[in-house]
Amino acid sequence: MTFSFILRRIGYGLLLMLGVVVLNFLLIRLAPGDPAVVIAGEMGGATQEMLDQIRADYGLDKPVLVQLGIYITNIAQFDLGESFFFNQPVAKLIGQRIGPTILLVITAQILSILIGVFLGVIAARKPNGVLSGFVSIFATIGYAVPVFWTGIMLVILFASVLPIFPVEGMQSVRLRDAGPLTKTLDVLHHLVLPAFTLAIIYLAQYARLSRASMMDVLGSDYIRTARAKGASEKSVLFKHALRNAALPILTVAGLQFGNLISGALLVETVFNWPGMGRLAFDSILRRDYPTVLGVLFFAASMVVVANILTDLSYRWADPRLRGRS
Amino acid sequence: MSIFVRLMGAAAIATASMAATPVFAEGGTLVIASNQVPRHLNGGVQSGIATAVPSTQIFASPLRYDENWEPQPYLAESWETAADGLSVTLNLVKNATFHDGKPITSEDVAFSIMTIKENHPFKSMFAPVEAIETPDAHTAVIKLSQPHPALLLALSPALAPIMPKHIYDDGQDIKSHPANSAPVGSGPFKLSEFTPGEAVVMKKNPNFFIEGRPKLDEIIVRIIKDPSAVLIAMENGEADIYPFMAGSQEIKRLEKVDSLVITDQGYAAVGPLNWLAFNTKSEKLSDVRVRQAIAYATDREFITKALHRGVSTPQRGPIIESSPFFDDTIEPYDVDLDKANALMAEAGFADGMDLTIDFIPGPKEQQQSLAEYLKSQLKKIGINVTVRAAPDFPTWAGRISSYDFELTMDVVFNWGDPVIGVHRTYLSSNIVPGVIWSNTQQYSNARVDELLTQAAVELDQAKRKELYSEFQQIVAQDLPIYWINATPYHTAYSTKIKNPPVGIWGTMHPMDMVEIDN
Repeated sequence: MTFSFILRRIGYGLLLMLGVVVLNFLLIRLAPGDPAVVIAGEMGGATQEMLDQIRADYGLDKPVLVQLGIYITNIAQFDLGESFFFNQPVAKLIGQRIGPTILLVITAQILSILIGVFLGVIAARKPNGVLSGFVSIFATIGYAVPVFWTGIMLVILFASVLPIFPVEGMQSVRLRDAGPLTKTLDVLHHLVLPAFTLAIIYLAQYARLSRASMMDVLGSDYIRTARAKGASEKSVLFKHALRNAALPILTVAGLQFGNLISGALLVETVFNWPGMGRLAFDSILRRDYPTVLGVLFFAASMVVVANILTDLSYRWADPRLRGRS
Repeated sequence: MSIFVRLMGAAAIATASMAATPVFAEGGTLVIASNQVPRHLNGGVQSGIATAVPSTQIFASPLRYDENWEPQPYLAESWETAADGLSVTLNLVKNATFHDGKPITSEDVAFSIMTIKENHPFKSMFAPVEAIETPDAHTAVIKLSQPHPALLLALSPALAPIMPKHIYDDGQDIKSHPANSAPVGSGPFKLSEFTPGEAVVMKKNPNFFIEGRPKLDEIIVRIIKDPSAVLIAMENGEADIYPFMAGSQEIKRLEKVDSLVITDQGYAAVGPLNWLAFNTKSEKLSDVRVRQAIAYATDREFITKALHRGVSTPQRGPIIESSPFFDDTIEPYDVDLDKANALMAEAGFADGMDLTIDFIPGPKEQQQSLAEYLKSQLKKIGINVTVRAAPDFPTWAGRISSYDFELTMDVVFNWGDPVIGVHRTYLSSNIVPGVIWSNTQQYSNARVDELLTQAAVELDQAKRKELYSEFQQIVAQDLPIYWINATPYHTAYSTKIKNPPVGIWGTMHPMDMVEIDN
């Protein structure tokens, strides 16, 4: 039963991916500007023959639908093509940047869930207390403020007022030849601001969500029973209540993954973080179609996989769902 | 006694001389901050600052230039130009090897120059080169179809990297050759790591053919797209040198940092001009009087002193004013609104007209601010200007190269010799639809074509200067372009750097003599 469920989910995922590829392929071609002119511009000018040759080299002289057909065929063979701009395989460019992006996204996800849920649980204990009010205000602000604004404010704060965290890049060039421990600490030092910036918006959402969910659960009969049994408050909160209240949090965490990746694009740009988001952003400006499409394809695959995993973990966390298809 | 005194004296002199000279130990890492992204690292098939800075460290070239525009030996220890100007013989050093250990021969030189001729966007650099003879392994004779005074400058590191034939001559298209991103050259530094869009790491070449060089152990080009992040990196010492800085705010900010030196030296050969281009085929701008009226209405002094806060300098003609070929007698178009209004009336536009101005997305101060200034300034002569922003470079380049524009702000480099960087803008044979930085003004003047063709082959410097003078006089009258200012490129570098790269090519020159006190 579960196996066929997984297969079906993967099938839906593949269809979705096909949609993503077709839509992205057509959308980026609607943008004005010709990649051949960009390449020629970067080279410092060109003759008509050179422009024609560039178009022929990159298949830009064929009709758009033919180009789309070729692209889908290549994607089906896991070939993301070559970057127009860098003349390097897109897979290699993504490979160089996937690590930093995953590090950023996963750290932000963990930070936002841990801190958000913790705040939510604490707030739920006394819904009318000061802490609860603080969490609500914090959550509203966190949710309302655009992520790039938070990033820029943090850059200003930590660049000039309180220069304790680096505001740019992922590691110090001066520590390139240092030992692994120093290098790891250096990366973590650089990670603080971007990860916190990206986490803040989702952290607020998790705090709100877990507060509401916990308040709902804390009113249930079995919590009263647990308390009547003499279970400690800690055990009631974190063992009995949180496990049940966690289901909506888990769902949101899976769905948020896509948002986190799109948020990473902005955060990476603000903090010069060497990840996929910045690659995508720069590639759009250069009309480097294969790279943009490759990054979008890769990001979409990550979201689809995250959603499938969420579905599965949902079933794992809630035994009532296991028998259903 | 006398020996003791002498010893004491020698010791005192030695101590004094040691104290007077700062000690720069060899080695160290130089971090260059850049916001330019190189496509790859082979300057032989790609122009531009982004590629040239690392390319000139990795590849050596036949000649290099000193700060007085004089050619100096590099891979060629000597050279002779034939009396008729139709051949140039390069005598190569014998001990030069590529980073993979293979010796450099005349075959590599011949292969490289012919490859650059075929593939580099600056067609005029080696256009007259017909063949290169290689009578022996260390002699290359460049045969020319006509005298070519720009040839020696074109043999500079920024324009003529000598590429290993044994790597590149494998049938693949050189413009997209994988070795462009993992180049093997013979320059003072060899590539260690290239992460596109992020960093280029180059290590000292221990077998460099010039004894005792390079001094540095390592050069890292750090690509930081955000200008304010670059400034922070320079302020807190994470980067040692920041070339091609053009914003007055950036320059003024870094001028206040004690540990940095700011200079405008190092850009003489680049010759970066900021100008207003006219589409001379547009109905309203085809009348030269309208173009002249716009010139008379524009105040270069205000632009350079107020808008650019004194960091840029006015530019009156098509050749950078610091070049020996610049003619300072050309019409400067000092601001004169009465004359401008009279010209508009003469041209039949006494009631004014509407025009659109484009600008390259990028450094706002040189481009967008000027477009906005022109909007308010040209209102004074009855021209309603609409500023049309482009979201990105491709959009702007698409409009200009398809002649879908009336006025545009643009920045174009002279690239050392007028043949390389100036002719392309004014020759009628270079009106090529779809090609940015060709003659997109669609300007055509038979006499200009003739003068430029003659100047390209004139070996006598004085006669060449005369030809360029006449050319400048004509275009200053025809005004296909109104030149505004020299782009105020500055370099900020740490006081810890000795022998900073501030020659005519700046950082687009081998940094084998640069030292740093890490």
